Amino acid sequence: MSSLAVTVLGHDRPGIIADATSALTDLGGNLEDTSMTLLRGHFVMTLVVSTDADAQTVRAALETKFAGADLDVIVMDLHSVEAPTTSGDSYVLSVHGADRVGIVAAITSVLASHGANITDLTTRLGGGLYIVVAEVDIPADVSVPALETAIANVATDLGVGATLRPAETDVL
Amino acid sequence: MISMPELPAGHVLPVLATPHQVLATRCVEVDPAAADVIQLAADLLATQRVSPGCVGLAANQVGVGWRVFSLNVSQHPKARIHHGEFVVVNPEILEATRNEKGREGCMSVPDFTGDVKRATRLTLKAFLPVTGVEVRIETDAFEARAIQHEIDHLDGFVFIDKVAGAHAIYPRQTYL
Repeated sequence: MSSLAVTVLGHDRPGIIADATSALTDLGGNLEDTSMTLLRGHFVMTLVVSTDADAQTVRAALETKFAGADLDVIVMDLHSVEAPTTSGDSYVLSVHGADRVGIVAAITSVLASHGANITDLTTRLGGGLYIVVAEVDIPADVSVPALETAIANVATDLGVGATLRPAETDVL
Repeated sequence: MISMPELPAGHVLPVLATPHQVLATRCVEVDPAAADVIQLAADLLATQRVSPGCVGLAANQVGVGWRVFSLNVSQHPKARIHHGEFVVVNPEILEATRNEKGREGCMSVPDFTGDVKRATRLTLKAFLPVTGVEVRIETDAFEARAIQHEIDHLDGFVFIDKVAGAHAIYPRQTYL
């Protein structure tokens, strides 16, 4: 068994997920972590699939399935990686303001320079309002108040608002 | 129900959308008996009444940086306890417990909704316009959520600042 990353991207229509996953099932592929969403009318999904089929076979099967459709398929081998261990806490960072070039680059650069690791990030644009919501692991040895100050300074320069809060996890 | 003092005729005011500085700035406490605060109270109610689906309005949403908000969740299906239509000045949450996640929209963020965790039991201390009488509101469910949403506005926050995570913001097709 090997792990493949399968990315499908293109014009949205009903049935893309059904078609792609049926083709993978026919190859004995087992879906692991996946992300599937619409980005301004374009459908995008990335699937981690464990399968005995090789990348070329999977790609050929998907291209056959999507013949004639306006969809791009990328299939890559994934080498096994150990899940990163974190000793810190999870936070949610919200940023919003008038749309302009460079908001994500500036904010994420601040996080990176403090060793904070983004585990999930979504951006949305609507009516001139730009929204960034990121889930961030902050290592235990990083000063959260110092990071908050650094984020606030960059947010002020960008003319946007930014709020960093601990992610609330209810463990049952 | 809150017994509201009589207010003058209110004017419908335009509602501001984020990004706007007044929506990102903490509002200041004011005198509930001041004539312009009384007029603002009437204007908030007038604006709320003509806005479809609007259950609450904070002063800074109409461009005024004062700690005043209006509320009326009485027609909302998710409301349990409710106190009718009212306006309060200088509100303060005394107790808030039992957090639950719920989907929120906002006239100042017309293109999105988001999931926010809020207390479902709440005790609020505030003052009525005109008389300055102190009221305590003990409430739950949707009225508790709406009060916390409005007080966030008065503190310079919108629901986007409180969303539960990276997948908790949703595009909104129409404003209802």
